[in-house]
Amino acid sequence: MTLTSRRRDELAGWLFIAPQALGFLAFVVAPLVAVVWYSFQDVNLLAGTSTFAGADNYAKLFDDPTAPKVARATAIFCVGLVVLNLALALSLALLLNLKLRGTTVFRTVFFSPVVVTLVAWTIVWNFLLQDNGGINSLLQAVGVDGPNWLRGNGTAMLSVIVVQVLKNVGLNMVLFLAALQGIPQSIVEASQLDGAGPWRRFRSVTLPMISPTTLLTAIITVAGALQVFAQIQVLTLGGPADSTNVLVFYFYQQAFANHDLGYGSALAVVLFLVILVLTLLQWRMRKRWVFHES
Amino acid sequence: MAYRRIRLLAAALSAVALASTACSGGAGDDKNIALRMTVWTTDKNQLALFDSIATEYRKTHPEVASVEFDVVPGDTSAYSAALTTQLSGGNPPDLAWILERDAPDFVQSGALTNLKPTLDAAAGYNAAELVPSATKLWTKEDGLYAYPFSTSPFGMFYNKNLLTRAGITETPDRLVASGRWTWDAARQIAAQVAAKDTGKAGLVIREFEYKQWVLLASVWRGFGADAWGPDGKTCGFTSPEMTAAMTFLHQAIFTDKALPGPGTTADFFAGEAGLTIAQISRAGLLKAKPFEWGIVPLPAGPKANAQVIGQAGIGVPVKGKHAKAAADFLAYFTNPANSAKLGQYFPPARDSLLNAATLAKANPLFSQEQLQNVVVNGIKTGAVLPSHTGSARIASLVQSALDPMWQPDANVPAALAGVCQAIDPALSR
Repeated sequence: MTLTSRRRDELAGWLFIAPQALGFLAFVVAPLVAVVWYSFQDVNLLAGTSTFAGADNYAKLFDDPTAPKVARATAIFCVGLVVLNLALALSLALLLNLKLRGTTVFRTVFFSPVVVTLVAWTIVWNFLLQDNGGINSLLQAVGVDGPNWLRGNGTAMLSVIVVQVLKNVGLNMVLFLAALQGIPQSIVEASQLDGAGPWRRFRSVTLPMISPTTLLTAIITVAGALQVFAQIQVLTLGGPADSTNVLVFYFYQQAFANHDLGYGSALAVVLFLVILVLTLLQWRMRKRWVFHES
Repeated sequence: MAYRRIRLLAAALSAVALASTACSGGAGDDKNIALRMTVWTTDKNQLALFDSIATEYRKTHPEVASVEFDVVPGDTSAYSAALTTQLSGGNPPDLAWILERDAPDFVQSGALTNLKPTLDAAAGYNAAELVPSATKLWTKEDGLYAYPFSTSPFGMFYNKNLLTRAGITETPDRLVASGRWTWDAARQIAAQVAAKDTGKAGLVIREFEYKQWVLLASVWRGFGADAWGPDGKTCGFTSPEMTAAMTFLHQAIFTDKALPGPGTTADFFAGEAGLTIAQISRAGLLKAKPFEWGIVPLPAGPKANAQVIGQAGIGVPVKGKHAKAAADFLAYFTNPANSAKLGQYFPPARDSLLNAATLAKANPLFSQEQLQNVVVNGIKTGAVLPSHTGSARIASLVQSALDPMWQPDANVPAALAGVCQAIDPALSR
């Protein structure tokens, strides 16, 4: 049997993508399908048995008294993180975009946490935020009696958000910096000649010109915020009183600590849908607020 | 055309399946058995002892090629989650160390092999001498679903050096001798140590950290309280006894500063606290004699002189590849001779080994008097920490509902009422 040249190319193409495709099927598609399947099952993890439960696991969500607290904590974390991260990243990028001495050092300093292992970073902060930890010792040195950061109802979530922002702000900062440096100088100069002051230039020139990057950073930060887990596990275990119990941590608790894999999977599917909807929403809204040169 | 493509894909998938089967081939081979026991301990000496017992076993059981002790580090919750993941992920261990709080779930779910036939049949094993209070948690009908491997009482360790520095002459051992060792006395000593400006803490309930609330049983049982009634269906957090116990704790933490507050860490074994409530198996941490220390039973409360036991069992998951061989190895691992060896770290459940003279041979750190008072009496008179089916779910509900209590201005009865409100549906299931 002889193959035509086109067939040979086609076969070669399939063979080339086969390893990646098989890996994708085994490690991405199969687990996704399994999670959806498990969400309709009543699973006994210890005995290794499962029975079809229909939509019971999804119905359980409405009867679960912890679910509203989890939704609230997830929303607060997500909004807090996104706003703080993007605002700080953009501010730092604007500062570092000024042609000043030493900006390379600062760029390295702000970016370095991004490459630090997440758990190691969080463990260090766990020590610093203890009641008798480093942060409160510093505050005490200047005569301030610091709060019990990880145990206070208001301060625990704030602490988790700040730790996460400090960890990842460098990545968005670099993206914003690249976008800022891509703004044509001629447009800036033209706006200056037209009499635009710094604030007007920022609002009417800089922000529209970097809006594609803002869209990208917003999408990845929102998706990342909804998937936070390790920080909660290390810092607060969802406490105090569920004030930091976000959705990923809660479904981990349900599936693996409480042995309720069916309900845990239903929560995971809900989270998947939330991220999907939010991402699509942002993508749909890009036409309204993302500036395209064309 | 489409049919050919499907055939090609099917062939490729078959090849992958065959390859993976080939890789795992031999796992079920009865002549080349590789046993794996999931364990919680990370102590090198304990693991070395396990290894030495396994090596001896393999000399007479050539069919067992290896026995691996798979250490899962982390706290008790992380360990339980990892074990469950192994079981559900199709990678069950052949033997598993199971914590007392998970016992009802494991025993009731049918996940474990009944060990009784194997232990009864093992030559010289003498299963009849296992203390009933130690096997109770692991028994269903006539079956024994895990061996009560470590039955470890809680005691109160104290740092003699720190107590002397705080000017305390009525030390816990003296108070025990004079029959005045009470929770009030313990709180007073702890407050005095903490008040001394040494930067040291008073009393630390080890591993509690305002999360592992179940360890508070070491305090509230003396007040006659418990988390739930004997049938497991009635919440005990709103009882007058529990209110008294929790009020005592709240005042000790926030008024007397006898216990370090939430978010403050202090390790007794590093010399950072005057007293600690811990299982006696922790005494190994004092081998290097970092300071002069003593150990006494838990203090008496207003209602009882209650002692508390922590327990771990070793079970054989039914889904394990070599359940029969695993049960046989467990029978060897816990026979009278090996139980005596293991007794230096894990107090045995065997009646013949439960006396101060025998325990003293394997526990040079303790005096015979300490072994009698804390270990022997603790095991014989103590009750195991609270456990319940769905204990992990209940644990997280209680932890969350108790959080408002760990504030200086907390309303203790209201917080306790919140706990019952949170767990009542789970208890009545």
